[in-house]
Amino acid sequence: MFKDISFGQYYPADSVIHRLDPRIKMLLTVLFIVGIFFVDSYFGFMVTAALLLVVILLAKLPMMSVLKSVRAIIFIVIFAAVINLFFIKSGEVLWSWKSLQITDNGVHTTIKITLRLILLICGASLLPLTTTPVAIADGTESLLKPLKYIKVPVHDIAMIMSIALRFIPTLFEETNKIIAAQKARGASFDTGGLIARAKAMLPVLIPLFVNSFRRADELAFAMDARCYNATENRTKMKVMKIDWADVVAFFVMAAYFAGVLVERYAFTGIMDGLIFGGLV
Amino acid sequence: MLAIEVKNLSYTYSRKTPYEKRALDNVCFAVEEGEFVGLIGCTGSGKSTLIQHLNGLVKLQEGEVTVKGLKASDKNSLRQLRFTVGMVFQYPEYQLFEDTVAKDIAFGPKNMKLDKAEIDRRVRRAMEVVGLPYDEFASRSPFELSGGEKRRAAIAGVIAMEPSVLVLDEPVAGLDPAGRKEILDLIVRLKEQVSPTVVMVSHYMDDIAALATRIIALRDGKVVADGSPKDVFGDREKAREAGIDLPFAARIADRLAERGIALDKRIITPVELADALAAYRDGKGAETDGASDAKDGADDGSATEGGSGV
Repeated sequence: MFKDISFGQYYPADSVIHRLDPRIKMLLTVLFIVGIFFVDSYFGFMVTAALLLVVILLAKLPMMSVLKSVRAIIFIVIFAAVINLFFIKSGEVLWSWKSLQITDNGVHTTIKITLRLILLICGASLLPLTTTPVAIADGTESLLKPLKYIKVPVHDIAMIMSIALRFIPTLFEETNKIIAAQKARGASFDTGGLIARAKAMLPVLIPLFVNSFRRADELAFAMDARCYNATENRTKMKVMKIDWADVVAFFVMAAYFAGVLVERYAFTGIMDGLIFGGLV
Repeated sequence: MLAIEVKNLSYTYSRKTPYEKRALDNVCFAVEEGEFVGLIGCTGSGKSTLIQHLNGLVKLQEGEVTVKGLKASDKNSLRQLRFTVGMVFQYPEYQLFEDTVAKDIAFGPKNMKLDKAEIDRRVRRAMEVVGLPYDEFASRSPFELSGGEKRRAAIAGVIAMEPSVLVLDEPVAGLDPAGRKEILDLIVRLKEQVSPTVVMVSHYMDDIAALATRIIALRDGKVVADGSPKDVFGDREKAREAGIDLPFAARIADRLAERGIALDKRIITPVELADALAAYRDGKGAETDGASDAKDGADDGSATEGGSGV
């Protein structure tokens, strides 16, 4: 029943963005996240939104899949907006009631914070949406390579990560099988109080753990039988290569980042003034 | 009396998504009490989905399933249905969880809310039937048993509910020939002593030929053959169309026929084959009634030995 379930948010499609090197995508995501904290003008947010829109279209993602990740943080966004709206006291007072007051600075900050959070989550969600968990693990390993010089077992960590990811669907399927088997013996998982329910999970959890250990043992044997060892010079089946598309993506993002800095520090407020006139 | 009645049963996985897959398509059959049904079909033919309907593990979409008068669509009798249909899944030993064998077997009866004396009686009886003497095994951990013992302990956990219908999904998967014979003999015993109606899913046609009184074959969610093993395997044309493999004895009979030794097409067990060959040697080869006389001899499970030697 759960064979088709995909782990994580990955949305399979054949696109330029999907094919980008995972390392580049991870670096660019970090650059984007840092960059958006420097954006402080409506013009900047418009450019950011346009950039995101282009990437989403290129990645052939449905809008809903991106907006879904916004839904997860909607409360944080609302909370931040309310706090900012009522607690910023500088600027011209637009509205007040008893000790509460809303100022024009407060309104601007609120809009900007909301935009920033939403764009931030949309941008960050593009990485898991367009990159398989395995590719992310591979990319992480490659990016963490320098840590080898301070004796961090990077390869082992990456191997553990990939194995864990690989077994999530398997364990999920197995859990369902065990639940079915215990239900067939009259177990019920949705009656009784909290403690009764927790207890009812034991007949599922114990076999699941026992089976996981057995699987781990078998996998260790199978790896050993193929002479697996985490030595220096292991090669990969899928070699990650920087492509021209990766170079283009890098330059686009670098240009965006530079543009954000320039706009903020060299032309503070000028673009907003030009576009929105007296409104801002 | 009807033990199982399945009417116009259809089921679709992941409905209304791109992954939609029709697992069962208008399946109809009725099983009388006392029948031993062999459910066959290749992987993905809908066998597992079908048997999970029998005790209400899968929610009905279309059609109706009735077991011993209990409707699977009736939520109030769902628990009762689960206790009426004993379900032994593939690799049942992976569901053991308690710290002693006796406690694990008592899990089902406990869920039935039986009193302590009755639970104890059932645990003892189930252990005796599956061949794990109570005094020796009751207080041992199920995790330290051998593979075959674990499987029998898990089957005992189902039997202790004393279900009137027993459903087994590939009960001999992953066992060695000796373990296979043990479990098959056990199933015959269970049918006699505990659950008079048995449905067994198996890929081993020799086991089906030796044990089943009736075969239901599924393909792509549809019933493609339904009848006695002799009829289903005997009709070679239809069997091939339905994608049904033949038992070892029937394949040998076909090979012999190619070499000019024509035997009865309805030979399905090694014992029948041996009798037919003996009859042929004695000069009655063209006659075909030798096979039907051997039927009684085939029921003792010895036929599976021939199969395991393949």
